[in-house]
Amino acid sequence: MKYMLLINAGKVDGDGQAAGCDVQDWIAFDKQVREAGIFVSGESLADLVTATAVRVGQDGRQIVTDGPFAESREVLGGFYVIDVPDLDIALDWAARCPGARGGGSVVVRPVAEFGV
Amino acid sequence: MAGGASSASVEAVFREEHGRLLAALVRRFGDLDLAEEAASEAVEAALAHWPVDGVPPKPGAWLMTTARRRAVDRLRRDRAYAARLALLQVDADRADPAPPPDADGELPDERLQLFFTCAHPALPAEDRVALTLRCLAGLSTPEVARAFLVPIETMAKRITRAKKKIREARIPFRVPAVDELPERVPVVLQASYSIFTEGYAASSGPSLQRLGLAEEAIRLARILRRLLPGEREVAGLLGLMLLVYARRESRSGPDGALVLLEEQDRGRWDRAMIEEGRGLVEVALSGGPPGPYGVQAAIAALHDEAVDFASTDWPQIAALYEVLHALTPSPVVALNRAVAVAMRDGPQAGLALLDALLGEPQLRGYHPYPAARAELLHRLGRNAEAAAAYAEALALAGTEPERALLRRKLHTVALKD
Repeated sequence: MKYMLLINAGKVDGDGQAAGCDVQDWIAFDKQVREAGIFVSGESLADLVTATAVRVGQDGRQIVTDGPFAESREVLGGFYVIDVPDLDIALDWAARCPGARGGGSVVVRPVAEFGV
Repeated sequence: MAGGASSASVEAVFREEHGRLLAALVRRFGDLDLAEEAASEAVEAALAHWPVDGVPPKPGAWLMTTARRRAVDRLRRDRAYAARLALLQVDADRADPAPPPDADGELPDERLQLFFTCAHPALPAEDRVALTLRCLAGLSTPEVARAFLVPIETMAKRITRAKKKIREARIPFRVPAVDELPERVPVVLQASYSIFTEGYAASSGPSLQRLGLAEEAIRLARILRRLLPGEREVAGLLGLMLLVYARRESRSGPDGALVLLEEQDRGRWDRAMIEEGRGLVEVALSGGPPGPYGVQAAIAALHDEAVDFASTDWPQIAALYEVLHALTPSPVVALNRAVAVAMRDGPQAGLALLDALLGEPQLRGYHPYPAARAELLHRLGRNAEAAAAYAEALALAGTEPERALLRRKLHTVALKD
């Protein structure tokens, strides 16, 4: 079963790093996920100032805006999709993720399965 | 009707077997909905046959065979569903192979797995309680709804939502590994304890106690005690429930009014239950540092052992609240500690501790707080302040017997002022 781990940074410092962990932690975690044979996909997102939002209105007009700038304190910083047998194992991987520390959180969402 | 069984005894057998049956079916088919459907069909069949043919020698095995047949029929009719479940089952078996069937055909007890699924931390707390009552105590959805005074529809939605999450997020059906138990056992215990407190000290409604619910909680705690014999906090939880429940008869007067510990007829306390509870306290408090249920059970035991209110061992109770506060710091525990200190060192000392809690958000709207202050102010002869505090408590109390008691107290101090 596939689960997406949505990594929300708590406080982000000037370099875009989550507080309380460094690049080494992320490299180690990424290595673990890949070596466990559960990695499906995963990306780290560029800084939030680079984000652009697109909306299409009822009249079909496209509206492009800078942002969104997070209204909540948590900012989506990246994700993993992993394939593991059940939620407990997915939660265990989420807990190992450096993004779960330092005021951040990792939201675990099952990927919807259509058909058999 | 020779050889037949009354429907009451059939129902008793069913309530005993329901949790085991459901757990075995979930294990076998990997799906709570299918398991519940098959279990209830098997029970219907039992209700039709047993009163005529008598209860079979192995009722559990009979129900399981019948239920399994119904489930297999359902899967034959719905191939897509079957294929999906088969996929799930491959994963589940890989993670946790099924135990072999018993030599005599009786079901292996897999209720512990079901307890951990129903009280999984990924579910909201109120859903854990509802599912535990429904799946392990064998209550129907309307019964669970009645127990919590919510409309049946609301409860049905809550249970459906919880089962959907179990199925679609794939909350596993397994006993957590040894290193996970310290985190997961308290969640299971909390669900049973919530059932107990709602039953024993109803948070709202016309009456003070909903005893059926407290008895269900004790039944669940007994099952947990058998399934987790090495967990001392399970002994503590069961002990706590028994030591508190032992006072049920004297806790309300003939008119349903609340009777405080101070005024209770201790001769009506259930001595056998107290004895059993005390034995469990010993288990809970030996062989390692105590947990919060063990400490609370020890406090309840000290109350139960005192021949009257005045000779209660308050120094020991105050010390135990100290320990409890270190284990689970909360304003409610601090409130109880303050009351015990007032009994040990006098009302002034207790009042100082209570006043230090002023403004705690958790105590806002919690009527025992102003009620405790009122009591101590009254004992200090500060009757006008006591009356104001009683009035505040009266406005917050949720059940009629509590309000009646507070009205009486308010009346008494108002007369003295």
